[in-house]
Amino acid sequence: MPGRFDPAPGWTPDQPLVVIDDVHKSFGTVEVLKGISLSVHKGDAACIIGPSGSGKSTLIRCVNALVPFQRGSIKVLGIEVKDPKLDKLRLRKHVGMVFQQYNLFPHRTALQNVMMAPIKVLKRPRKEVEAEAYKLLKKVRLDGKEHAYPGELSGGQQQRVAIARSLAMQPDLMLFDEVTAALDPETVKEVLITIRELAEEGMTCILVTHEMGFAREVANHIYFTDRGVIVEHGPAAEFFSSPRDPRTRAFLSQIL
Amino acid sequence: MTQPVRGGMPVILRLPEVLRADNARTLPPLRLSLWHGAALGGFVLMTSIAAGSATGPVPPASVLVVLARWTPLLLRGFGFNILISFTAMAIGTVLGAFLGLGLISVSRAVRAAAWALTQFFRNAPWLVLLFFMIYMLPFHVQLGGLGISIPDWLKAVIGLALPVMANVAEVVRGGVQSIPSGQWEAAESLGFTRTQQLWEIILPQSIKRMIPPWMNLYAILTMATTLAAIVGVSEVVTLAGQVQAAEGNRTDLLAPLYGYVLLFFFFYSYPIAWLTLRLERRYAVRL
Repeated sequence: MPGRFDPAPGWTPDQPLVVIDDVHKSFGTVEVLKGISLSVHKGDAACIIGPSGSGKSTLIRCVNALVPFQRGSIKVLGIEVKDPKLDKLRLRKHVGMVFQQYNLFPHRTALQNVMMAPIKVLKRPRKEVEAEAYKLLKKVRLDGKEHAYPGELSGGQQQRVAIARSLAMQPDLMLFDEVTAALDPETVKEVLITIRELAEEGMTCILVTHEMGFAREVANHIYFTDRGVIVEHGPAAEFFSSPRDPRTRAFLSQIL
Repeated sequence: MTQPVRGGMPVILRLPEVLRADNARTLPPLRLSLWHGAALGGFVLMTSIAAGSATGPVPPASVLVVLARWTPLLLRGFGFNILISFTAMAIGTVLGAFLGLGLISVSRAVRAAAWALTQFFRNAPWLVLLFFMIYMLPFHVQLGGLGISIPDWLKAVIGLALPVMANVAEVVRGGVQSIPSGQWEAAESLGFTRTQQLWEIILPQSIKRMIPPWMNLYAILTMATTLAAIVGVSEVVTLAGQVQAAEGNRTDLLAPLYGYVLLFFFFYSYPIAWLTLRLERRYAVRL
């Protein structure tokens, strides 16, 4: 779509899409992020793994400015998230987010959920948006469910609607916050397949996940966090086959 | 890993403790059953018959005949109660909706002001507010060349609308806060503005949860309209007093007469209470 892509001046596509630099974040007196740095290039699928409470979700919530952080910098397409004068709408046009609890709007059908933001936020014509929404729901294999309300769909189906809803904003980056954690085991797979297809199409993704098998399969880079720091990171294959840090080893042996 | 603190929207979770308490948020529900009506009807009948059999030098007219004779007048008075309740509810709801939105404002100052106003009018005795309005409001205002007189009943309406406003504000806030914070987050991350989040996502979901407590408030207000008797508005209780006087202050008339007035209120409030209960069950918070 013309005019959609508006990175900060000076940002070029050869630079990382997301640069997280020494981010510190506290809730009251509890410091949950203690200097996190990482960068994600266009087309990358970065997985953040680690024990509960290690700050993974908080980190990706910082990336789309859902929560503020105290110190450090996050740049998305060169747009500084920490900037007090940040145009949040501009940032969020670039960043899609999918939540653990789906958070679909229960008073709207699947199709309406997908159409709402492009119409109300991007002010795009309804006809055009509707045609796209049908395509997106087909893409996540929910054709036929367009007029179902979230309450009539299974967890896995709802989560796929949520993915389609984010994609409708045509983001450059997708954030997945433990999107399968609330799902029944049998529906996890259909969601993971959808995400894998997205990653394979070249969508830049940051995933917080507990699905190690999936992380190994989809991610090209793994970050292992514990107590607010990145303990170890590396290419997926290497990370899983030969973890160096004892904490990583302990964690992997528990999980795998 | 999910944490309830949402820095981007320091809206709901940072209110004073009193506001966060889940109980005592709205008025206690009015629970009426048909049995109450039957008991009340029985009471009126029994006291009427007992009064009718009382002997005296001149046999007085049967109490039931007296009640029947005055029914049109009493009903007219009751109609006035309904009118007062409608008007007070309408004014209170409009004002309360704004006040409720103030309670969930992003601006700390607006929130604090709305909070103070709500607490004041919610905790002040209704009768005191009524007296306050009756004596404080002028009975005649001059707007340029236009003179408007404010009758007592309108002052009573305003006096009753104030506590209604405060309670409606609480109903609005409670309804909005009953929506999971994930709805705000999802809407925000899709780029909706704060106003859009509220009007497109949150209010459409919460409005139906506001209906039962709002109806309950109305039923309570209807009963409170009798307070206007004290300030001389000719509503049903005032008229019942006049009926009593017109019948020569017969003491045997007291119980059936006021019991009869109670029946009016029962027949009016019962369907509301019944419907409230049904809606409450239907809209019980489901996630």
